Amino acid sequence: MRRRWIAPSAIVWLLVAAAFFLIPLIATLLFSLRSIQTGKCCSGAAYSLIVHDHQFWTTVRLSFLLSLETIAISLLLLVPTVYWVHLKLPRLRPVLALMALVPFVVPPIVLVVGLLNLYKGAPSWFYDKPYGFLAAAYVILAFPYMYFALDAGFRSIDLHTLTEASQSLGANWRTTLTRVILPNIRVAALGGSFLTLAIVMGEFTIASLSAFKTFPPYIQVINEGQPYEAAALSLLSFLIVWAAMLALLFVGRGRSRPAQVAAAR
Amino acid sequence: MAYLELRELRRAFGPVVALDGIQVELETGEFLSLLGPSGCGKTTALRLVAGFDRPDSGSIVVDGKDLTRVSPSRRDMGMVFQAYSLFPNMTAEQNVEFGLRIRKNRRAARRKRVSELLELVGLGHAGKRYPHQLSGGMQQRVALARALAIEPRVLLLDEPLSALDAKVRVQLREEIRRIQTQLGITTLYVTHDQEEALSISDHVAVMSSGRVEQLGTPAEMYSAPATPFVAEFIGTMNRLEAVVVDGERGEVEHGSTRLTVDAAQGRTRGERVLVLVRPELLELEASTDGGAAGENTLRGEVLTQTFLGPVTRLKVIAPDAELIADMSTARAAALPIGSRVVAHVPVAGTRLLSLSEEPASDGQDRGGR
Repeated sequence: MRRRWIAPSAIVWLLVAAAFFLIPLIATLLFSLRSIQTGKCCSGAAYSLIVHDHQFWTTVRLSFLLSLETIAISLLLLVPTVYWVHLKLPRLRPVLALMALVPFVVPPIVLVVGLLNLYKGAPSWFYDKPYGFLAAAYVILAFPYMYFALDAGFRSIDLHTLTEASQSLGANWRTTLTRVILPNIRVAALGGSFLTLAIVMGEFTIASLSAFKTFPPYIQVINEGQPYEAAALSLLSFLIVWAAMLALLFVGRGRSRPAQVAAAR
Repeated sequence: MAYLELRELRRAFGPVVALDGIQVELETGEFLSLLGPSGCGKTTALRLVAGFDRPDSGSIVVDGKDLTRVSPSRRDMGMVFQAYSLFPNMTAEQNVEFGLRIRKNRRAARRKRVSELLELVGLGHAGKRYPHQLSGGMQQRVALARALAIEPRVLLLDEPLSALDAKVRVQLREEIRRIQTQLGITTLYVTHDQEEALSISDHVAVMSSGRVEQLGTPAEMYSAPATPFVAEFIGTMNRLEAVVVDGERGEVEHGSTRLTVDAAQGRTRGERVLVLVRPELLELEASTDGGAAGENTLRGEVLTQTFLGPVTRLKVIAPDAELIADMSTARAAALPIGSRVVAHVPVAGTRLLSLSEEPASDGQDRGGR
């Protein structure tokens, strides 16, 4: 058997890409390890201060729960919608795609002002609470990421045949969606969820302007007067998002095998 | 009363009429194939029976119950699709078990039934495999087992073999027939492959332009096509346009050649007809230059030879028609391309269709039985 080899140019590009991503992280790490008093290496004081700050844990928890809520609402809204549009109303696909582009076009600052006005008369449990107002705003913000991920997932399976096969065996719509369709678009749903998680964990503008103390505004406050702690926080936030994504991947992976793309109709 | 009845089913998609009032009946345990070219409406008819689409008018009755407005999940119709339709996230066993789980059957009963069905389709060893680990033929066998698991009132097969290679297709169609006969399940089969339909069906309904052209046994279809379309579609047929010149003696005139065929007896003089002769009934022999052609013969020249194994198909250009004749490969060797030949049209065994009347005027029914 011929031995596989990697082209030297590919190795060079890999090294360049790795340097591009790793050098800032290493620099941040080295900076965060400097002593707060002397400014010299190496001390874990910045990390110690951060992890002992209850604001850190409160804001991380809030942002993480918000991202889970956003993912749940987005999936509940979009999976049946995209399924139905693919199955019965394919002409609406371009309309949905256009709507999904709106959050890209409208800047977050315009979006938050508009939403604050729109929801002004809403009950306080919604308007004054992050799990109400912010979650609603984040669902809008995550719409394009979740929609395009799900759209690609639905396009990769033979939706009509799988649906009809399930129905002919006696399954109703709900059973068909949950036991036949969802497991086969799981990868797409996970992809959309990852993106949503990353967006919500890092969203600053809406949270800040609507005066909710989530993780990104907390980073910003630390960044203003504590440079070593800010560097430590940056690295920690990076690790937290990756850990959250791995957790999501682990939870969503399930036991079954990867879906096979069915034959085209 | 028939077990499955399609009563005057009509379905149009905008200006396109997919089904134009078809009438089909099946007895319990019968195997009926809907046969026709692409776009003839056969799959539309099957989808209406399955409940995936609603007819504009007409009804579907199974065992005396009108199921026209019943949702597909409540019809108890097992269906095997043209595209591979196994659920990719489930093993072969789980696929077969799916319908039984929906019906909340007990676990032990489910397991037993799944095992029996996988054995029945010859895949007892592959129950733990996922669809992507199975060949196309194996996937369709599992799909068949899955459809049979729910003990359907009617088994619907929508060109289940069309994605398979020729050898597997023949093997699997024989298995489908064996299983259908063994279980005695009423089956509606859709195909565009006439060989497939003729080889496994009790009855065949040939469809064209949303209508059933003829419904009968495979033998009837082959030997007594009721319309020019059926004659053309089922097997290969020589078509000679002719005019009846003597109804008493059964004589017709094809171009300048007078032919005697039994089927022309009793026909009206001047009637325009189509003389239909199967290729295997057309006798060819080398023509001697200047010699008389003899009675019931057409002169021509061999245009092509196609080797089909035990027989060779010869295409002959005659003055007023193009003829096709099947003869043993050994005899065909004596009639090379370009040689002059004489084709003998048999007096008996030749069909005649009227060209001046409606297609179904040849004493055959159209659709319902």
